[in-house]
Amino acid sequence: MATQHSRSAARLMMAPAVVLLLGWMLIPLTMTLLFSFKKYLPLRGGDLGWVGFDNYVRFVTSSAFWPSVLTTLIIVSGVLIITVVFGILLAILLDQPMWGQGIVRILVIAPFFVMPTVSALVWKNMFMDPVNGLLAHLWGAFGAQPVEWLSQASVPSIVMIVSWQWLPFATLILLTAIQSLDSEQMEAAEMDGAPILSRFWYIVLPHLGRATTVVILIQTIFLLSIFAEIFVTTQGSFGTRTLTYLIYQRVLESQNIGLGSAGGVYAIILANIVAIFLMRIVGKNLDG
Amino acid sequence: MSRSVTTQRKIINTTAAWAVGLLIFFPILWTILTSFKTEAQAISDPPVFLFFDWTLENYTEVQERSDYMRFLWNSVIIAGGSTLLGIIVAIPAAWSMAFVPSKRTKDILLWMLSTKMLPAVGVLYPIYLIFINMGLLDSKIGLVVVLMLTNLPIIVWMLYTYFREIPGEILEAARMDGASLKEEILYILTPMAIPGIASTVLLNIILAWNEAFWTLNLTAANAAPLTAFIASYSSPEGLFYAKLSAASTMAIAPILILGWFSQKQLVRGLTFGAVK
Repeated sequence: MATQHSRSAARLMMAPAVVLLLGWMLIPLTMTLLFSFKKYLPLRGGDLGWVGFDNYVRFVTSSAFWPSVLTTLIIVSGVLIITVVFGILLAILLDQPMWGQGIVRILVIAPFFVMPTVSALVWKNMFMDPVNGLLAHLWGAFGAQPVEWLSQASVPSIVMIVSWQWLPFATLILLTAIQSLDSEQMEAAEMDGAPILSRFWYIVLPHLGRATTVVILIQTIFLLSIFAEIFVTTQGSFGTRTLTYLIYQRVLESQNIGLGSAGGVYAIILANIVAIFLMRIVGKNLDG
Repeated sequence: MSRSVTTQRKIINTTAAWAVGLLIFFPILWTILTSFKTEAQAISDPPVFLFFDWTLENYTEVQERSDYMRFLWNSVIIAGGSTLLGIIVAIPAAWSMAFVPSKRTKDILLWMLSTKMLPAVGVLYPIYLIFINMGLLDSKIGLVVVLMLTNLPIIVWMLYTYFREIPGEILEAARMDGASLKEEILYILTPMAIPGIASTVLLNIILAWNEAFWTLNLTAANAAPLTAFIASYSSPEGLFYAKLSAASTMAIAPILILGWFSQKQLVRGLTFGAVK
């Protein structure tokens, strides 16, 4: 087994990564925590002293807070529902025998590799533009009034764009999970005359349970902090201001650091609640 | 089951899957096609799909007007540099966790992953302040460091899972034969670990290339990579669809190609081994 010598060498080798991450976590986090208890306006007087929990109270009582929570919830849950439901269906479809499976898989996964600013701008201009967008042409072809997507249906439009980006991720992971399904069990059920729907309901879905949980948790963590998609489309107007975007505006646009930092602490707590569940699943897998 | 039924089913499967696949891929395809149109054709109603006068004009114009190559170079430096730096820091850490595990290895790994879940916006101002004070704002080196730190947990994690698949007996045997720690790493571990390291590098270049929070908030004219360059198209003047498409196509093409190679690693890297 490992000797004392190799053990201390191992510790030494781990040190750079641990120290870097510790610093990356602790230094900014401590600063955010400190700022959150201060009245801190860099453009209007700078550090104006300690204010206790004022910023925390003001952040949640400001008129922008609850709408931003609601927007965040709608966007996150909307994207989750679309990506998980279509992800499961797509994964099942892609698992079937067919010609050109590899190519279809590449086509489906491709959006995940498109940088967020590109996908948001391509959707905004070339698809959702009310005059020149492809969807406007399509609506026009049927004689319908073109929709001003990003102002009249702003939140659904963002959900649409973000779902397009994340559907590949959900599909790929669910497909990986489906491919690990015991095919003998499926064949046995088929032999016993179980109809497709009940095979899906009683065998496939339960098998996908954990993969679905993982998809939901990981996506939630990333979706809670989507930024570029809103930054280049609506800049938070038309009701698309999420919690992340609200904090960004408080910090960089209005330079109210204390208030923004209090919001940041809320966001960190929220992300941590989701992360705890994810870490439990990951931890269990490490033992196995 | 008769053969004709399976063939029929296969035809249906193939048709359905290709239809869905092409639908999902369509925005990318449309962007690529539009990049070869003139601005007038790019917005024509009804839209033209394939039969237009193909031109490369947009590509040359994007380069001339906005010095595209500089942004591309920034992206290469930032994505490549942060990945390289991350790999250098992560290899020893992942090695020691995989081959000399202790009681705390699991806790350290989980803690590292948990730092990845911190919302960036929560520490935006501290990082911004540190950058200003250290003169790092709008510098490539600053972004290299920040992106290295944000992706370090994933790099350590992926390398750890790959290293763990290397049979420990081989190392034991080498140790018995009197190989030193250095020799062990250099001559035995490295050759076996190269495929894993390569996939980790690939996935991290993709993640860093597409990162669009820090790159948007910490750069201006100098260090802006392609994410920020494309974002500048959000307030356009005049006709710009074809040029936007050309710029977008150039920005995503290298990553689309890398991405296709790394599909399998994607699952491992992004689910932290929670789905196998």
